[in-house]
Amino acid sequence: MRDAGVHPGAWWLWALGLGTAATRTTNPLLLGLLLAVSAYVVTTCRPDAPWSRSYSAFLKLALAVLVVRLVFAVVLGSPVPGAHVIATLPEVPLPHWAQGIRLGGRVTAEGLLFAFYDGLKLAALLVCVGAANALASPTRLLKSLPGALYEMGVAVVVALTFAPNLVADVQRLRAARRLRGRPDRGVRGLLQVGLPVLEGALERSVALAAAMDARGYGRTADVPAGIRRTTAALTLGGLLGVCAGTYGLLTAEGEVYGLPVLLAGLAAALTGLWLGGRRTPRTRYRPDRWNGRACLVAASGAGVAALLTLAASADPAALHPGVVPLTAPVLPLWPAAAVLVGLLPAFVAPREPDAPEEPS
Amino acid sequence: MIRFEKVSVTYEGAAGPAVRGVDLEIPEGELVLLVGPSGVGKSTVLGAVGGLVPHFTGGTLSGRVTVAGRDTRTHKPRELADVVGTVGQDPLSHFVTDTVEDELAYGMESLGLPPEVMRRRVEETLDLLGLAGLRGRPLAGLSGGQQQRVAIGSVLTPHPRVLVLDEPTSALDPAAAEEVLAVIQRLVHDLGTTVLMAEHRLERVVQYADRVALLPGPGAAVVVGTPAEVMAVSPVYPPVVGLGRLAGWSPLPLTVRDARRRAGRLRECLDGRDGNRSGRGTPAAAPSSASLPTALSSPSPPLPASAAPRRAGRRPLFRRGSGPAAPPLPAAAAQVAEVRGLAVRRGRVQALRRVDLTVGPGETVALMGRNGAGKSTLLGSLVGLVQPSSGSVRIGGAVPHRTPPRELVRRVGLVPQEPRDLLYADTVAAECAAADRDAEAARGTCRALVGELLPGVVDGTHPRDLSEGQRLALALAVVLTARPPLILLDEPTRGLDYAAKSRLIAHLRALAADGHAIVLATHDVELAAELAHRVVLLAEGEVIADGPTAEVVVSSPSFAPQVTKVLAPQRWLTVAQVKEALR
Repeated sequence: MRDAGVHPGAWWLWALGLGTAATRTTNPLLLGLLLAVSAYVVTTCRPDAPWSRSYSAFLKLALAVLVVRLVFAVVLGSPVPGAHVIATLPEVPLPHWAQGIRLGGRVTAEGLLFAFYDGLKLAALLVCVGAANALASPTRLLKSLPGALYEMGVAVVVALTFAPNLVADVQRLRAARRLRGRPDRGVRGLLQVGLPVLEGALERSVALAAAMDARGYGRTADVPAGIRRTTAALTLGGLLGVCAGTYGLLTAEGEVYGLPVLLAGLAAALTGLWLGGRRTPRTRYRPDRWNGRACLVAASGAGVAALLTLAASADPAALHPGVVPLTAPVLPLWPAAAVLVGLLPAFVAPREPDAPEEPS
Repeated sequence: MIRFEKVSVTYEGAAGPAVRGVDLEIPEGELVLLVGPSGVGKSTVLGAVGGLVPHFTGGTLSGRVTVAGRDTRTHKPRELADVVGTVGQDPLSHFVTDTVEDELAYGMESLGLPPEVMRRRVEETLDLLGLAGLRGRPLAGLSGGQQQRVAIGSVLTPHPRVLVLDEPTSALDPAAAEEVLAVIQRLVHDLGTTVLMAEHRLERVVQYADRVALLPGPGAAVVVGTPAEVMAVSPVYPPVVGLGRLAGWSPLPLTVRDARRRAGRLRECLDGRDGNRSGRGTPAAAPSSASLPTALSSPSPPLPASAAPRRAGRRPLFRRGSGPAAPPLPAAAAQVAEVRGLAVRRGRVQALRRVDLTVGPGETVALMGRNGAGKSTLLGSLVGLVQPSSGSVRIGGAVPHRTPPRELVRRVGLVPQEPRDLLYADTVAAECAAADRDAEAARGTCRALVGELLPGVVDGTHPRDLSEGQRLALALAVVLTARPPLILLDEPTRGLDYAAKSRLIAHLRALAADGHAIVLATHDVELAAELAHRVVLLAEGEVIADGPTAEVVVSSPSFAPQVTKVLAPQRWLTVAQVKEALR
């Protein structure tokens, strides 16, 4: 089943493609379609693993973002002029220096709708990241990192698991508060378990570090000093080159040398990384292979992004329905068809067989 | 293979060295068991082999530790990773990746083995440890025994020449422990791996050891010898050795088989002094007898002292436990806990189904069953942490998950598997003061209890600095402050040595004699034998047996304590009972 799986990088490209597409439009119908597509693919293709449950967490987060955006629009007002007043909140008079900020006041339908479109765009982007998380664990993606960056990547992943562990600890300790006869809900309860939770998390991190070290994490191969110095010089020089090149591209005078310096810097940095990889003796166990399926999955995501970008420049009005005056959004046919391309993985990616039910 | 030369380790801020002057040499292919009471530095010795002491723990190490000729002073743990595999007490904190297969490969990846070799070894290890069916499973969803096997497998794949195991079976049920030990034995015999292992549950492991290294006390010199030699002088020993010492057998038996061969005369001596007459052949005729009523009526006077206090003044006890479907007794109104048709779902898993259980005052019930059978869930629902999906739970008439915590502490108290969860304060004194406030008890109640359970503990001690057994006692004192009629303990003997265990047993007996009902979930058959009036066996969330300890335990090969196995068909449970009867 492992060989048949799709390369995690392909999933991330697909999800990022969908996310890019989401930033190209504010049409709620298109965004809704995009969300439906990602949800369908996630439910058909996700493996039965703890990380695949993160999709629902991302959905909740996206909903929260949407709500916060709407609340801000209500409380702080909206720059969009509007004629349809829904309600008028008492306006808080602010001092002179806070000019341009408004608290309370008129709430218009146009303002709310604009905030809703805007929030929905952000929410769709978040859900796409969630889809990537659910379909391919970040740890699996890590396996495809170049050798020199691997150890840094492990540190990042360990740091990422810190949060879920913390949440589990908080739940356990709040339950334990009940055993002490203290209320297990409320903010005070949360504060009182704070210190023990942090202590526990720290202890676990140290234990994990010890376990990793004892299993050979961070072993280095002997590399001649010359190569070591060359690596350092190439990496540092390359990064400097990248900085200088970017600066050159952005300023008016640097147009001549900008691009060549950037490219040279990039090449030097990459060579440095490749040389640095020789210091770590790591090998990979059953690396994920980039096969035809992965190409299709990645291409479908990229396709959606490209088509919607095209559509956004060809017919901006359809992808950005106006709010002043209020109009009902219509579903533009061609962009909608383009979004459906994102469904491709649901048909090409193999489904994970259900894990046999085994008592654990 | 492993050589300790005058090794002393002193941790920072400690008054004295944790271990002093350890001289030990372990040749290749030997299984050496490290034994000793809690706090003598067993973990320190184990950690020193892999270089984790002092590279990770801090402190100073004097002397020399060499493994396969490499000095741990000059080699960091990562540079020893190809010769030493270390598995700590908690397998979950050992895992770096998130699925079984990746975890097995992790160590080899770090060492840079070629992909073909890795692939082959992963498959071999999956077979060796019986993990093939779990290869793609996420680690967090495995049972304790499975996790322990994966942890051992993950250090086996780089083919280390030395395996260091710290309490590999403590958290496991008897069957899972057998599984893990069988694997370890196979490694020693088939692959010639050198194993150094520490374990409190000697009854499980001592017969597998080639030699035993005993740390008799803090700072004392190591005693090394064959298991039988060392067990003769060791302050910690399994019940079968206790029986052997009592009967004066030499050399001491280490297995039930050895002991049974020699026990003929002992059995004759004991014949007629216990309840074996009622037990032999006619279990149905005496459904309610633990061995004692007969002992009472027999002319040979003393009834086992160990059993005497808990039996005193609790006649209704003998009538209960004739099965889950027992009709309500006259005393039913006074039940401390009553569970009827309880079912609990946790996610996709049906954790409990149709569970019936009643516990009367002064009664001690042991919940047993394999890891994941639903023991902790049942305790959780008795204390209101888990909501039943159907059925009812009543604690003295109250429904636990609807009762406010403040009131509930006066009805039921749970000491969780990790007693540390219950402790928040910086010092023992602050913890006690908080417990008094929580329970609305008179000031000093909890401190007085701590004084009883833990003589000699200073007020200013941080709960974190207490030993495992002391922490358990402190948590128990905190729970007892509210004087709940029902006390629940989840896996109380994990990490306790025999001395701490016998202190705990004495406390719990006194509590039961005081009229407290006690329910304990445990894998420790010896604990259940010493303490419980009734044993309830759970499997897959169902009660499969419920009856007096002697009956349930005697009839089960995996749950019978060693003394029972040695003296069967007579019905003795503990060495203490035998000792009293022989007097």
